[in-house]
Amino acid sequence: MSGTELGLAVSVFLACSVEAVEALTIVLAVGVTRSWSSALYGVGAGVAVLAVIVAALGPALTSLPINTLRVAIGGLLLVFGLQWLRKAVLRAAGLKALHDEQATFAAEREAAQAAGGRAGTGFDGYSFVISFKGVLLEGLEVAFIVLTFGANQHKVGLAAAAAGVAITLVVLGGVAAKAPLARVPENAMKFAVGVMLTSFGTFWGTEGAGASWPGGDAALLVIIPSLLVCSLAMARWLGRNGGARPQAGVVVGDST
Amino acid sequence: MTAAVRKAVLSVWEFVVGDDWVIAAGVVLALAATALIAGAHAAAWWVMPVAVVGLLALSLARARAR
Repeated sequence: MSGTELGLAVSVFLACSVEAVEALTIVLAVGVTRSWSSALYGVGAGVAVLAVIVAALGPALTSLPINTLRVAIGGLLLVFGLQWLRKAVLRAAGLKALHDEQATFAAEREAAQAAGGRAGTGFDGYSFVISFKGVLLEGLEVAFIVLTFGANQHKVGLAAAAAGVAITLVVLGGVAAKAPLARVPENAMKFAVGVMLTSFGTFWGTEGAGASWPGGDAALLVIIPSLLVCSLAMARWLGRNGGARPQAGVVVGDST
Repeated sequence: MTAAVRKAVLSVWEFVVGDDWVIAAGVVLALAATALIAGAHAAAWWVMPVAVVGLLALSLARARAR
């Protein structure tokens, strides 16, 4: 496995793990409170829609000319990566609330109890819809990352496999814990994903725009640690100059 | 119908552009600058790293000021 393939696999794995933890919290809340079967149908439907998106767009993307693909994908990865990184830096500096899975679980559970409309043991529309939306919304960004990383290196299969491993591990962790995975270091993982997406976006965007990197692929070995150091320095500076330490809380729908 | 289209456009905007439109606009401008400089047969690899660090700092400063 080459360095860029390893970077692809690690980035997709981390991004997918974070999103899977957040989706798991939502599914657990409606499953425990209302209906496991309906919640799992919702999960299945969400995963199916995501699979269709990847299967439909993957081949279309890989058929584009390489420079067009790289500048488009590099630009999109940069926009996504910088958003992830910006929020991770703000959280690390105490200027944005950390994502609290226990609080999200409690809020989702309360909403599920208050929703009403549950009759008998049949199909529960609320559980289905909430699980479906949770999986789809949390998964869309991961599907996008799988597609962009995978298509650019013609390794959609590797990216999908990394995503599959991440989802499996999170689900197994959730089943073992029978609770939200509140101890997963989400912000550190988001920080890492932001650095990786932004670094690869910088690399591919530059190549797609017609420029060449000194050292070729080895330039990534400079870009990634440099961006990490800059981001950590910004978080440290912000923490010392205006960090307010907001309480951790519910950040529903804020996947990054 | 119009409301549905509006909602869809807003969702796509939110998904792609996110919280700070300056990042998306800056990325487009930096890629264009890279293409222009590379097209003039000058070294252009440095543009994106400088732009990325600058955009991140700018966006963080905007968030801090809110």
